[in-house]
Amino acid sequence: MESHGHSTNAPISVRVMRRDNPDATPRYEVFQIPHRQNMNVHMCLLEIQENPVTVEGTKTTPVAWDVNCLEEVCGSCTMIINGRARQACSTLVDTLEKPITIEPMTKFTVLRDLQVDRSRMFEDLKKTKSWVPIDGTHALGAGPRYAQDDQLVSYTLSRCMTCGCCVEACPQYGPGSAFIGPAVLSQVRRFNMHPTGKLNKGERLETVMGSGGITDCGSAQVCASVCPKEIPLLDSIAVVARDTTIHALTSWFGK
Amino acid sequence: MANQPRVIVVGGGLAGLMAAIKIAEFGALVDLLSIVPVKRSHSVCAQGGINGAVNTKGEGDSPGLHFIDTVKGGDFLAHQPPVRDMCDAAPNIIYMFDRMGVPFTRTAEGLIEFRRFGGTLHHRTAHAGATTGQQLLYALDEQVRKFEAEGKITKYEGWEAFYPSIDESGRCVGLTAMDLRNMEIRSFASDAVIYATGGLGAIFGYGTNSVVNTGAAIAGCYQQGAIYGNPEFIQIHPTAISGADKLRLMSESVRGEGGRVWVPKNPKDTRAPLTIPPAERWYFLEEKYPAYGNLVPRDVASREIHHIVQTLGHRVEGEEAVYLDLTHLDPDYLTKKLGGVLEIYEKFKGHDPRKVPMKVAPAVHYSMGGLWVDYKQMTNIPGLFAAGECEYQYHGANRLGANALVACVFGGMVSGVNAFVWAEANAKKERSAAALAATNQKLKSRVNDVLGRAGDENPFGIRRELGQCMNRYVTIVRENESLKKADGMLVDLKKRLARAPLPDAGPWANQSLIHVLELENMIDLSRAITQGALLRDESRGAHFKPAFPNRDDEKWMRSTKASYTPDGPKFDFSETIDTSLKKPVERRYDVLPEHAPKPGGAAAAAH
Repeated sequence: MESHGHSTNAPISVRVMRRDNPDATPRYEVFQIPHRQNMNVHMCLLEIQENPVTVEGTKTTPVAWDVNCLEEVCGSCTMIINGRARQACSTLVDTLEKPITIEPMTKFTVLRDLQVDRSRMFEDLKKTKSWVPIDGTHALGAGPRYAQDDQLVSYTLSRCMTCGCCVEACPQYGPGSAFIGPAVLSQVRRFNMHPTGKLNKGERLETVMGSGGITDCGSAQVCASVCPKEIPLLDSIAVVARDTTIHALTSWFGK
Repeated sequence: MANQPRVIVVGGGLAGLMAAIKIAEFGALVDLLSIVPVKRSHSVCAQGGINGAVNTKGEGDSPGLHFIDTVKGGDFLAHQPPVRDMCDAAPNIIYMFDRMGVPFTRTAEGLIEFRRFGGTLHHRTAHAGATTGQQLLYALDEQVRKFEAEGKITKYEGWEAFYPSIDESGRCVGLTAMDLRNMEIRSFASDAVIYATGGLGAIFGYGTNSVVNTGAAIAGCYQQGAIYGNPEFIQIHPTAISGADKLRLMSESVRGEGGRVWVPKNPKDTRAPLTIPPAERWYFLEEKYPAYGNLVPRDVASREIHHIVQTLGHRVEGEEAVYLDLTHLDPDYLTKKLGGVLEIYEKFKGHDPRKVPMKVAPAVHYSMGGLWVDYKQMTNIPGLFAAGECEYQYHGANRLGANALVACVFGGMVSGVNAFVWAEANAKKERSAAALAATNQKLKSRVNDVLGRAGDENPFGIRRELGQCMNRYVTIVRENESLKKADGMLVDLKKRLARAPLPDAGPWANQSLIHVLELENMIDLSRAITQGALLRDESRGAHFKPAFPNRDDEKWMRSTKASYTPDGPKFDFSETIDTSLKKPVERRYDVLPEHAPKPGGAAAAAH
C-alpha cells in the first residue's frame, strides 16, 4: 500500500524563488533533488523540506507552499512552473525542461515563498452574488427540472476551483486593475442560467457592467487555454457580454 | 445584558459549512475557522456521489432499506437510531442541494439520476459527474458566502484550532487557535463549539486523503478530555492508483457504472491485459460474491484484493495491483458519468482508462472512528460538538460508499441545530476568561518547547516513519504481536521527536512549526488506533484479525471509548450498541438479501 518509486535517473536541478515575507526582496535558491518515478513538482518541495540544503551546500529553511488535495481538484498548489501557472501536484517532473524554475503567482500578494493570497477572487464572487438564492435549508421539495444538455454546461462551469491560472495569464488582471477576471465572469454565466439563480440575473449583470467588469476584458483570449479544467471561459465572457448589452438596452428602454 | 449567542465552527468542509449555515439561519453569530480557504477543503475529493433513497427507478427503495444496508454494511457496530434518522433525512438533503443549483447528472426527463454503489442492490446514489463532493462543497461555499456578505458568518481562513477551552464546570467556552501567517496565538470565546475537521488519513502516510487530514485538531480535543470512539476502525478503499506522494482514489462509482475487477488466472502472466482472453481472466469478486459482484462493501473488496495479491501472489504486468476494467463500455458514456475520475488517471498515469484497464490497489481512505458524540452530536464535554468524518457515529465498523457525504451534511445539520439551542441556553453564562487564557498559555508553552529543541532527529523523517509503521501494521490484516510492536515504535517516535530541532525558527508562515505540533498530535491518535485494534479480539467490518476471524457479538458488540492520558490511551468498553431497530444478522454478500429489488414485483409496482 505504499510506493517509494526509486529511480536511477540523474538528480534534478530545481530553482525556487524565495521570499521570507510580503515585504522581503525575492531571491533564488537552487537545489539538487534525487529523481523518483512518477515524481511531481510537489514532491520536489517535499524533498527540500526534509533536506533544506542548497546546491552550494548552504543550509536554508524549507520552502513554504500551499497544498491540499494532490489531485487537481482543490486549486491550492497553483504556482508558476517554468513560466506557466499550473498545479504542482499534476505537473510531472519528467515532462519539464530542466532546471525547473518554481515561482509564486505574480497577480497576488506573496505571503511567503510560493504562498499567495488569492482572497480577492473569493471577494469578487461575493460582489457578483455567485450563488442560487434559496429560502432556507429546510425541506422544501425537489429543485427545478433540468435538461441533460443544460446540466452538462452548468457542470462544466461549476468545476472552476478558483485556482487563478486564468487571471495569472490575463494581461488585464492584476494588483493595479479592478478587473474581476474570467473565472468570476464565468460564474456569473453559470448562475444566470440556473432557473432560480436567474432571479438575481439583473443584479449580477449590473455589477459586471460597472468598473472592473466585462468591458475591462481586453480579448487577449489566453484565459481558456491555460485553464486546467478546460472551462470554456471565452464562451462565458461572450455570453455575459451579450447579456449585459441586452440588459443595458432593455433597462434603458424600460425607464 | 446577555451575550448574543455565538458559535465557533472549526473546519470548512461539508459538515462545517452545513453547520454554519444552519446556525446563521437561526440568527446566532458564527465564527468559521479553517486551515485552508474553505473551497479547498478535502470534501472536494469525494467523487462518486451521495446516497438517498429517492426511489426513481421503480425498485421499491426506501429510507428503511437504506438504513438496513447501512447498519449491515457497518457490521452492526453503529447505534441504530441516528443511522435511521440520517437515512430518513437523506432524500431531502439531496433535494436541498438540488435547490442550491448543484449540477446533478440528469435523466432524460430532467430528474436527478441515481447510480449503484457498494453494499446495496438499489440505485441510490445521486452524483454530479464523478466530482460530487466538489460540487456539493461548492454549493455550501456559495451559500456561506451569502451569509458572509450579510455579516452573519465571519470566516477565519488560515487559522488552525489546537485546544477547546474548558471552564471549571467542564463546559466548553471557546478555543485556542493559531494564525498560520503571523503565528499569532489567540483564544476565541463562544457559547458552543463544533469541530468538523475531517479525517486523519495523513497518519498513514500514503493514502487517498488530502494533506490537511492529520486529525491534529481532534487530537487537541482528545488531549483536553474528549472521548475518542472506535479509533481502530479505519477504512481501506479497494481501488486507488499508486503514486509516490499520494494514492489517488478511483471511485467506487467506476464499479457502479459497470467496471470489473480481475487478474490474470496465471499469477505469473505478464501479458498486456487486452491480449489476455476472457477465459484466462479471473473476475474473483464476481465469482465469490455472485449477488453483489464488484459492488461488495469496501472492507470485503480490499481483503479479497489483499488475499489475491499478497497471499496468492497474482500480479498485473508484474505490479502488485489488480485491474479495474472499463474498456467494455462506451467511451462517451464513461466521459459523461466518470469524466472527473478518468481525468485523474490520465493525468497521473498517462493512460486512457477507456482504452486500457486501470491498475489499482487498496489504500487508506477513511476513519469510521472519531470523537465520541451523543445523538445530538455533542461530545462528552458539554458545549463541544462534532460532525462529519471527525466523529464516530454513523458508519459502525465499515462505511458504505456515498454515505460519507450524507453523514457529513446530516451531522452538520444536527450539530448546527443543537449547538444553536445550547448556545442560546448558555449565552447568559460567563465565557470563562480563565479557561480561555489557560489553553492560550498551554499552546504558547508547547510552541516554545518545540522552538527550543535540539538534537539529531529530523521531524519530517519521523513523519515518514509514522506513516510506514501505521501502514504496515495497522491496516488490512492485524496481528496482536505486530500491533504491540507498532505501539512501541510510536512511543519511540514521540521521544525522538522531542530531539528534533526545527529547521525554521522564523516568526512568519512557519510550516515546520505547525508540522511538529500536528505530528505530536498524530502520534497520540495513532496510539489510540493501534491499542484499540490490539484490544479488540474479533473481526468486524474493516477490523480483521486472522487469529480471531469471526465477529463476536457476545463480547464485542460494544463501542471502543478511548481517553487520553500522558502515558497513553485508557479504554472503556462499557457502552453496548443500540440494535433496537434491526437485529444483527450474519453479514453476507454472496446471496441476495430479502430486500433485493425485484423488477416487476409487488414492491416496485406499489411505489
